[in-house]
Amino acid sequence: MSLLRAALSDDLPRSRWLAIALVLVVLGLALAPFAFPGAKSLNVAAKICVFIVLAASFDLLLGYTGIVSFAHTMFFGIGAYGVAIALTRMGGEWSAVAVGLVAGLVVAIVLAALIGLFSLRVRTIFFAMITLAVASAFLILASQLPQLTGGEDGLNYRLPAVLRPSFALADGTFLGVRLNGRLVDYYLVYVVSFALVLLLLRIVNSPFGSVLMAIRENPFRAEAIGYRTVVYRTIASCIAAAVAALAGALLALWSSQTNPDTTLSFDIMVDILLMVVIGGMGTIYGAVLGATVLLFAQNYLQDLLGIASQAFAGVPLLANLFHPDRWLLWLGVAFILCVYFFPSGIVGSLRSSSGPRASLSARDASGPKDLKS
Amino acid sequence: MKRDWLPWLLIPAVGLLALPLVGSLASWVTLSVAGLAMGLMIFVMASGLTLTFGLMDVLNFGHGAFIAVGAFVAASVMLALAPLMGADSLWLNLGAVVPAVLAAMLVSGALGWGFERAIVQPVYGQHLRQILVTTGGLIVAEQLLKVIWGPEQITLARPTALRGAFLLGDVAIEKYRLLAVVVGLLVFAALALTLNRTKLGLLIRAGVENGEMVEALGYRIRRLFVGVFVAGSALAGLGGAMWGLYQETVTAAIGAQVIVLVFIVVIIGGLGSIGGCFVGALLVGLTANYIGFLAPKVALGSNILLMALILLWRPQGLYAVAKR
Repeated sequence: MSLLRAALSDDLPRSRWLAIALVLVVLGLALAPFAFPGAKSLNVAAKICVFIVLAASFDLLLGYTGIVSFAHTMFFGIGAYGVAIALTRMGGEWSAVAVGLVAGLVVAIVLAALIGLFSLRVRTIFFAMITLAVASAFLILASQLPQLTGGEDGLNYRLPAVLRPSFALADGTFLGVRLNGRLVDYYLVYVVSFALVLLLLRIVNSPFGSVLMAIRENPFRAEAIGYRTVVYRTIASCIAAAVAALAGALLALWSSQTNPDTTLSFDIMVDILLMVVIGGMGTIYGAVLGATVLLFAQNYLQDLLGIASQAFAGVPLLANLFHPDRWLLWLGVAFILCVYFFPSGIVGSLRSSSGPRASLSARDASGPKDLKS
Repeated sequence: MKRDWLPWLLIPAVGLLALPLVGSLASWVTLSVAGLAMGLMIFVMASGLTLTFGLMDVLNFGHGAFIAVGAFVAASVMLALAPLMGADSLWLNLGAVVPAVLAAMLVSGALGWGFERAIVQPVYGQHLRQILVTTGGLIVAEQLLKVIWGPEQITLARPTALRGAFLLGDVAIEKYRLLAVVVGLLVFAALALTLNRTKLGLLIRAGVENGEMVEALGYRIRRLFVGVFVAGSALAGLGGAMWGLYQETVTAAIGAQVIVLVFIVVIIGGLGSIGGCFVGALLVGLTANYIGFLAPKVALGSNILLMALILLWRPQGLYAVAKR
C-alpha cells in the first residue's frame, strides 16, 4: 500500500468510484491485446495511452498553472516528426529513434521557452492568442516543406525490427494472440505512457507544483511572496512541451506513419481541450478518464449516432443533427456545460459524490479558480 | 494629449521599403491595393473584437463563428438572387449584394446578442473560463453550420460588374479589391466619427478607460457593452461576407482560418485600441502581399515575424490601452 502511495506521489484518487474507474482503465489497457483482440481495438487502446499522456501534460498547463495554450499539438507534432524524420532518413534503427527523440525534445523545449518568455510576461491572455497564431503558422510550415516532412501526405517509414509485425517474439500464440512485434510495440507504448503519467503526478505534487497552483490562484500574491511568476510559468510550459513531444514520439513509433492531420491539426487541439475539461482540470486523473471517454466516443459514438440518424431519416434537420460526422457537436455542448456546471469535470463530480469525508480532506478537489490578470 | 503618430508612419514606411525590392511600379501598385484590401477586410472583422475586449475585458474566441455565419448567410442570399448577380449592370448586381450583406449583418448581429446572453454573460471577469467557453461556442457553431448548410464548401461567383480589373496604363487593379478598400475605409470613418464625435462614442471611450467611473456617473455600462458586442458581431458578419466574395468559396472552417489573422492584428494594435487595430490590419495586409510576391516560401511566417518585431518594440502592442 505504501508502495502504491509513493508511486502516486501521495495524490490518491480519494473516491471509491474514481479509484474503480482508474483501475478499470489501467487494467483494461494492460490486457487490451488479449481481452479485445483485433487491429482496430488495439489501435484504439494505443491511441488512448498516447492521448492520456498528451492530455495530462496539457493539464499541467491548463489545470495547474492556469494558462491556456493552443500550441500543444505543435509540440506533439514536433516529437512525432522528430522520430519520423530520423527513421525515414536513417532507416529503422534504434539509433535513429534516439536521434529523433533528442532532436524533437530540444526543439520543443527551446520553442516553448521562447514563446513563454515572449508572451507570458505581458498577460496570460496574450499567451492563448500568440500560441494559436504560432501553431497555425507551424502547421502550414509543416505542409509546405515536403522534402523534410512529406507535406500533406506525411511520412511512411520502417520501425526498428523488434517493433515490426513480422518480428516473432516466440513461436505460436498465447491466449489466441500472435506474439509479434505489434505486441512488443503496444507494451512499449503502454509502459512509457504509464511512467510519464506517474512522472507528471510527481511534478504536480512537488513544491514546484505547489508554486504553480499558487500562481494559478493568485499571481500577484505569488509574485509578492517572491516567486518569479514568468519563470515558473515558462518552466511549466517547457515541461508540458517536453512531455507532449514524448507522447508524439510514442505515436510515431506506434503508427509507422506521421502526417499533419494526426499530429498537428487544430482538431487534435480541440480534442485535448475537451479531454482535460470533461475529465476534470487540475487533477491529472481527469486527463486519464477524459482521454479514455473521448477516444471511445470518437470511435464508437459515431455508430450510435448512425442509429439515431436512421431513426430520424424522414425529418430534414434532425437527421443532420444526429449525423455520425456531427459527434463533435454533442461533445462541444457537453464541454460548455462542463465549464459552467462541473468545472472540476468527471473527477470532481466523482470525488464530491463519495461523501463528506472526501470533500473535507485537506486537499480539496475544486477546479482552478480564475485568473484575474 | 499629444497624439502618437509613429505607428501610422509605419504604413508608408513599409510601402516605400517594398518599392525598390519589388522593382516595377506597376506590380507595386497592384500589390499595395491588394494589401490594403486584405488589411481593410481584416480590420472590419477585428474591430468588434478589440472593442469588446477594451470595454468589458471579454476576449471572445468565438468571434470566428460570426464571420463564418456572415459568409454563409450572404452566400445563400446571393445564390437565391442569382439572376441579379449574373445581370450585366452594376445596379442590378448591387441589388443582390446589398441585401446579402445586410442579411449577413442582421443575422450575425442577432446571433451575437444571443451569444452574449447565453455564453459570455455568466463568465465576466474570468479569463480562463471565457477562453474555454467561447472556444466551445466556436466548436458548436462550426458544427451547426455544417448541420444547416451541409459539410461541402459553397462556390460563390462574384457578380458580373465586380469581376476583372481596371487598367490604368500597365497597372492592373482588381475591381473587387477597390470596392473592399472603399467599404473598409467607410467602416473606419463611421467608427472613428462615432467614437470621437458622439455622446455614445464618448461613453464607450470613457468605458474603455475606466468602466467603474462611467457606472458611477449613472450610465449602464452593461447595456453599452451589449450594444458594442452586437455591433461588433454584425461587423464580423460584414467582413465574413466580403471575405467569402473575395475567396469565392465559403466553408465552415472560414471562421477558424481568418480568426488567426484577426488575433494577430488585435495583438499588434494593442488589445482594446481601435486605431491600433486599423494600423495593425493594414500592416498585416501589406506585408503579407509584398512578402508573398518577393519570397513565397517565407510568406507564411511573415505575419508571426511582424508580430514578434512589433512586440519587441512595444510589448503591449502599438497603442497600449492603459489599465488593468
